[in-house]
Order: sequence, then C-alpha cells, then structure tokens
Amino acid sequence: MHVGRRFFLSGSVAFAALVAFPRALWAAAWPDKAFAASAAGQAMINLLGTDQTTPTDQITLKVPEIAENGAVVPVTISTSLENVESISIVVDKNPRPMAATFEILPGTLPDISSRIKMGQTSDVMAVVKTDHGIYSTAKQVKVTIGGCGG
Amino acid sequence: MASNIKIKAKISGDIADVKSLMLHPMETGARKDPETEELIPIHHITQLTFTNNDKTVMVANFSTAVSKNPFFGFKFRGAKAGDTLKVSWVDNLGGMDEIETVLK
Repeated sequence: MHVGRRFFLSGSVAFAALVAFPRALWAAAWPDKAFAASAAGQAMINLLGTDQTTPTDQITLKVPEIAENGAVVPVTISTSLENVESISIVVDKNPRPMAATFEILPGTLPDISSRIKMGQTSDVMAVVKTDHGIYSTAKQVKVTIGGCGG
Repeated sequence: MASNIKIKAKISGDIADVKSLMLHPMETGARKDPETEELIPIHHITQLTFTNNDKTVMVANFSTAVSKNPFFGFKFRGAKAGDTLKVSWVDNLGGMDEIETVLK
C-alpha cells in the first residue's frame, strides 16, 4: 500500500486520482526499491528476493542486435513457461538497470512488448517469475547513440 | 481534458491483443535543459493499469528507462466484443490519464 499512501499524501490531485482510479493505485505497489538499485543483481534482489535465475530457451526475447538510437529500443518478451507471475526487463549497464516489470495476472498471456532507453551497449535480460521458479534469457544490444543523456 | 492515450485492441478467439501509446516526456532526471544547462526534474509514468470490465488484466510498472511517449502491448484471454477495456496511468508527480474503449 506504499504507493497508494504516497500518492494520497501528495495532495488533492492525488486525492482525485484515488477517487477516480482506486484500482490503479491500490492494485499493487510500485516497486521503488527495485527501480532505485544501481546494480542489476541488487535490483533483482529488491524485486524478486534473489539475483539467481535459471537460464532457459523457453523465453523468447526479441531485441535489435544493433540499436542506432538508444532512446527507443523495442523489446518483446514472451514465454512458454506456465503459471507466470511477472516479467521484468533488466538492462545490465543502465544507471538504473530495472527498466520495467509487468504483473501477469490470471488470464493474461506472458507476452508483452514495449520500448526502452539504453545508455550504452549492454545485455538486456528478460526475467520471468513463475510459481515454480525464476527464469531468464539475455541478449546483447549494441547501442551506437545512447538514450539517457541530453 | 481529452485523453492522450491511444489504444487498439484486436480480438481473435477469446484473446485480445492490446496495443497502447501514451503521451509522456519520461524524463530521467539526468538530462539537462540545452538552454539553461539545468537538470530537468525526473518525471515519468510509474504505473499503467488495464481493466477489462471490472477485472484488472495488466499492471505495468515503469522506470524512467521506458522510452518517451511509451508504447506498451500485451495480450489477455477472456475478451469478447462489447467488453469495456480501460487503461489508466499515474506518474511520479501525481499526473494521470485514462481512456476507455469498447472491444469489437
């Protein structure tokens, strides 16, 4: 309930949010500690309780081999693993490696796509949490122009 | 205020393939204003939530590493024509946006 409380305290705009979208605010806490971590391992420990994952070929991670523009790197992750609870995108060499994490709710397919920023060439890791373990696969993306600076 | 979210959902069988685009600067807090040389404060979407009728089908948590004007796509089962799919986001400064679409 941390996020809900924080938004609530941030003022009347947030109060309006609470009235308008209670589900958005109370569904789950935004994992601030995972996003604040400056090392990939720590980010994963803060989110999942461990930085140990089982490498698997049951996760399909689609990223470009070379990203000409690090500000917009398309990422698609899907998996044939069962009972998936969450999917996370971890960019090893970003200043804050945890880029995004998605809750896969009952009925939702473990198949997501987004676009992320990368400061430099790095491994991009797809981390999939299931009810029976934490799995990952990684690919390197070469970045020619970084996406985090001015 | 009109919503700045664009959402498209295609149903095949009972699976909805949802694609969404949001308007947001997604500032990292590390970027400088090119004129004043001052750091632009961190400003990013934190959480994006999709509900189909009254069931939450996706909660996406974003850091500043999601690109400006974020794109997000996902799929869920149990969708049918006539369902109301709602998407809403909140950001770290208390900003928000939402839109609803009826699945066809």
